[in-house]
Amino acid sequence: MVEFLEFTLEGLSAGMIYAAIALSLVLIWRGTGVLNYSQGAMAMFTSFIALEVVYATGNYWLAFATALVAGLAIGAALERVVVRQVTGKPPLNAVIVTIGLLIFIEGLAGIMFGANNRSFPPAFSIEGLSIGTVALGITRNDLFTGAAVLLAAGLLAVTFRYSSIGLRLRATAFNAAVARLLGVRVGRMLTLGWALAGLLGALAGMLVSPSTFLSPNSMDTIFVLGFTAAVIGGLESPAGAVAGGLILGVVLSYAGGYLGSEVVNLFGLAALLIVLMLRPTGLFSSAPARRV
Amino acid sequence: MSSALEVRGVFAGYGGVRVLRDVSVSALAGTITAVLGANGAGKTTLLRAIDGSVKPSDGQVRLDGTDLAGRRPEDISRAGVAHVPEGQGVITELTVAENLRLGLLLRRRADRAAALADIYERFGVLAQRRNLSASTLSGGERQMLVIARALATNPKVLLLDEPSLGLAPKIVRDILDLIKQLKDETGLTIVLVEQNARSALAIADTGVVLNLGTVVATAPAGQLAADEALRRHYLGF
Amino acid sequence: MTSEQISVPAAGRAVPLLNRSTLLRHVAIGVGGAILLLLLSIALGAYRDYELANIAAFVVAVAGLTVLIGLSGQISIGNGAFMAVGGYAAALIFSHLQWPLAIIIVLATGIAAIVGAIFGIAAARLRGPYLAGATLMLAVALPFVATRFASVLGGDQGLGFFITAPGFLGVNFSLSRWQAWVNCAAALVALVLLANLVRSKVGRSWRAIRDDEIAAALSGLNVARLQILAFVVSAACAGLGGVLLAVVGGTVSPSTFTLSLSILLLTAAVLGGLGSLAGAIWGAALLYLVPIYLQNVAVSHNFTSQATSASIPILAYGVVLIVVMLAFPRGIQGGITRLIGPRAQAGAATALTSWRRRSPADDRKEKGTT
Repeated sequence: MVEFLEFTLEGLSAGMIYAAIALSLVLIWRGTGVLNYSQGAMAMFTSFIALEVVYATGNYWLAFATALVAGLAIGAALERVVVRQVTGKPPLNAVIVTIGLLIFIEGLAGIMFGANNRSFPPAFSIEGLSIGTVALGITRNDLFTGAAVLLAAGLLAVTFRYSSIGLRLRATAFNAAVARLLGVRVGRMLTLGWALAGLLGALAGMLVSPSTFLSPNSMDTIFVLGFTAAVIGGLESPAGAVAGGLILGVVLSYAGGYLGSEVVNLFGLAALLIVLMLRPTGLFSSAPARRV
Repeated sequence: MSSALEVRGVFAGYGGVRVLRDVSVSALAGTITAVLGANGAGKTTLLRAIDGSVKPSDGQVRLDGTDLAGRRPEDISRAGVAHVPEGQGVITELTVAENLRLGLLLRRRADRAAALADIYERFGVLAQRRNLSASTLSGGERQMLVIARALATNPKVLLLDEPSLGLAPKIVRDILDLIKQLKDETGLTIVLVEQNARSALAIADTGVVLNLGTVVATAPAGQLAADEALRRHYLGF
Repeated sequence: MTSEQISVPAAGRAVPLLNRSTLLRHVAIGVGGAILLLLLSIALGAYRDYELANIAAFVVAVAGLTVLIGLSGQISIGNGAFMAVGGYAAALIFSHLQWPLAIIIVLATGIAAIVGAIFGIAAARLRGPYLAGATLMLAVALPFVATRFASVLGGDQGLGFFITAPGFLGVNFSLSRWQAWVNCAAALVALVLLANLVRSKVGRSWRAIRDDEIAAALSGLNVARLQILAFVVSAACAGLGGVLLAVVGGTVSPSTFTLSLSILLLTAAVLGGLGSLAGAIWGAALLYLVPIYLQNVAVSHNFTSQATSASIPILAYGVVLIVVMLAFPRGIQGGITRLIGPRAQAGAATALTSWRRRSPADDRKEKGTT
């Protein structure tokens, strides 16, 4: 029973990371119609930048802020320079281009920062927490992870729903042609969408790198699982992305805990295929009629 | 009277297909100019050439004397050209109020609240449904929403593409009456593309008839309506 | 009218002749290629044999992938996993059953084809990004099978696969030369078969689906079955490539079949021109040789250390993918062929799993603005 609680809490914590990646994927998908395969790599790169800042200044929170800003900047730059050229073209082009970005960023990271696994400082203590003598299986850092992702998701939701720029972003995502006729600078909204996604990815990278160690390939698996979470939640739905992340995190935690850690990725593959076969629009998205 | 919108010698099309050939239309300030003609005559392409969605290969489009050449649709909207496209363009994932707010974003922040109040006064139905999803509106209500949304942007020129499409005759009359009212009360310059030529000419000041991408007639609306041969040949009534 | 009636039967008789002559033509080219490679391998030294053998392995895998993407319009960034299946199957058969090499090659390819069929059926309704994501997941997850079943599959160290040159060639016959011959022969056979497939009715059906899936379905093509077949073919080619890699490498392990390998295959296919078999050949060759050259240059000039120099090829692949796709914006439908109309583009973009809403009017608007 205690084990079950541990696995559940661990799963929720891991799920938060998947949720962050899933959210950034949904943001870009809804806003620009592109699935960004380099999202994980971008997160890895901003984490490396943060690591260099830590080495240089010893200040974790400065590094944290730098990573977020770098995420904004890199996201915006990639959209403006590369992705802009493939929106409106055959979808396969965008797939191949973002895959190209994925390995370009990984190669660049390998050259700039080296290919070895690096240990990464956590924001808070990674000592296991317990209530009395009962070990909970999560740490202060995990609590921070959950809070940070929820805060980011919440801020994004509030911005989208209530602010002018959120309205413009949504209009661009729902019907760019009509938005243009209403004076919305669609190009800028697309860039902003990628910038925000870059920010979310950078956050995810900072939160997960302490446990995975940082290397050019360290975000590959996280990205794929984030993608799976987004698919489970339905690529159209931000709330679904968060829910999908949590569900996936918990399910994988049980699988890993009871069946051994090697099966986690296989379970992820199975989960992805099952959802894509049975409910390709995700568990939470509303009826297809809405999409017509 | 000066012309608010001047289209001069425009050639335009899609890909390799030329749709408009040497089209000139003058919309005088504060008037309704009806653009008529059969399906495929190029009426919608003309509006797209004005709003910037389609780049003319030759010719000019001037708003109050300023050339709009080469600008993007969003910039032309901001310059004061509001285009209500064919099929309305209601953003169904947003509420009625959000659709209107989107249009209001082009006004200064201080003016928005008053403008919204004006719109709700003029369009009672929208006021009632303001927080409902725009997808719940009927065809006629949607047409009102998109016209209101276009008005929210405080335009100098309003382009309307087939507002009567798919609507019942009584609703069509209501909408067209509304359009005439707008012109009378606000002095807005309106370009009205319509297949329903008879009703359009009833409220318009000037009529322009397009056929196969060229202008075959430009005249005061009453004159066009009285010309039987022209009516039968190009306008179907 | 009557001239048509006369010419149709004549054309009907002519078509089988044409088909046969296409096969003959391909076989003739294949034989010519074989002779060329034979002379080449005799002229060059043992190290070139090693490179030749490796390139042949990649050529097969890339050829299968370029047919999948270029002809059937489906994408896979997981073919490295199918290479792993082929390689491991060969190693397992070798260590447990010791059957002759030819049989091992055919069987292992078949097993990879079956796994490809299973995945293809599971993913039959997926398009575009969803399919890419599923294959990406496959590429990332499959290596873990080796560690899960470490006792059978050798874990991180992998399994061995040792072939020896047959007796009739003489005791001192160079092993690497034999490996090169085996691999090149297998690659040529595979290419000839692929070339025929590309020109066949199946190939035409794939292209029809790629250009406008709905129209193809309406004209009676069984889209799902054809798409799965394309997947099976590309998986079989990848599997064969995996076996050939094992032949030259002597071992299979998880580190041979990484995600980078899958992306390398994609890059080579893109570089050579999606859908082009000739392109697959030089794309694979370039992508195998140039990075090694770049690495050696970088290390010898002390630009980078040995460790980080491994990232240079990866960086180069990324640049290639991005630049080629941006330079040929019509991608699979246009870099090689002419402009396809907006209707076909809209058709290619429809899917069972939803795409963002896009009408031909949107396409026109997007194209009409800067």
